[in-house]
Amino acid sequence: MGRIVVDVMLKPEILDPQGQAVRGALPRLGLNQFTDVRQGKRFVLSVDGPVTEAHLTSAREAAETLLSNPVIEDVVNVHELTSDEPEQAPITGAGA
Amino acid sequence: MKIGVITFPGSLDDADARRAVRIAGGEAVALWHGDADLRGVDAVVIPGGFSYGDYLRAGAIARFAPVMGEVITAAKGGLPVLGICNGFQVLTESHLLPGAMIQNDHRRFLCRDQVLRVENAATAWTSGYESDQEITVVLKNQDGQFVADRDTLDRLEGEGRVTFRYVGINPNGSARDIAGISNERGNVVGLMPHPEHAVEEGFGPGLDGRTVFTSVLEQVVSA
Repeated sequence: MGRIVVDVMLKPEILDPQGQAVRGALPRLGLNQFTDVRQGKRFVLSVDGPVTEAHLTSAREAAETLLSNPVIEDVVNVHELTSDEPEQAPITGAGA
Repeated sequence: MKIGVITFPGSLDDADARRAVRIAGGEAVALWHGDADLRGVDAVVIPGGFSYGDYLRAGAIARFAPVMGEVITAAKGGLPVLGICNGFQVLTESHLLPGAMIQNDHRRFLCRDQVLRVENAATAWTSGYESDQEITVVLKNQDGQFVADRDTLDRLEGEGRVTFRYVGINPNGSARDIAGISNERGNVVGLMPHPEHAVEEGFGPGLDGRTVFTSVLEQVVSA
């Protein structure tokens, strides 16, 4: 099973309330050096067999249509999840 | 006079919207998200709630429901369409209205009686109001902050497409105190507060919301 990663971030000019909340919490942990936090979304799309160029093309289309809203978000990354990255999608059929 | 009200999984205010239609003198028709069928209605209300759990982004998944394909086509043909709260989010995700809705700037869910000014009384859903009339309806949302780039905001202002504006307090950080907007033609209106909760004595802050529904009924009759 191949996997494709799509990363989406709010555009820089859009206020990120979740990132602001995280930034506000960090000093409570004694971590004072971070001046800003932006929170993004990562999608992991699984396909049967190895990832092909056609899969990546479809993933880019999904990223631009459903997975992001171009008014407020940028697709910052679409790439194959390679074996040296941690498993991030559930294995089909596993579990209860 | 039939006004359809769409129910998505997670819709909350569909029954209230249908009740508001009936109180205003119309016939309410329940529309189902999975049916690509508008059942011959004369107008459509997309109600508040949390369609598809608001997963991904508020309104993002609802935009691709079978019924929305019909709504988008009909709206471009002039059918009156009103999106309230989550419905407004669905309309921006559908690109029937510009801009987008993000989380309130204060990051809290807010529920209050909200004063609005009717900025444009020439849309399908506001023709029964006077221009600059102030009304009080219910506001309740988590993702109610309207955002758009400066050019879009300038165009909305210049073309008179800011339909409702917050008065007294900006409850969610919305750009330029915008509470509701319309498309160029004025048949599609989205607003964040809830006129359907202000249509009956004893329930909500008054009857100011009823005019939204009587407006469209009169529009349909005279069309």
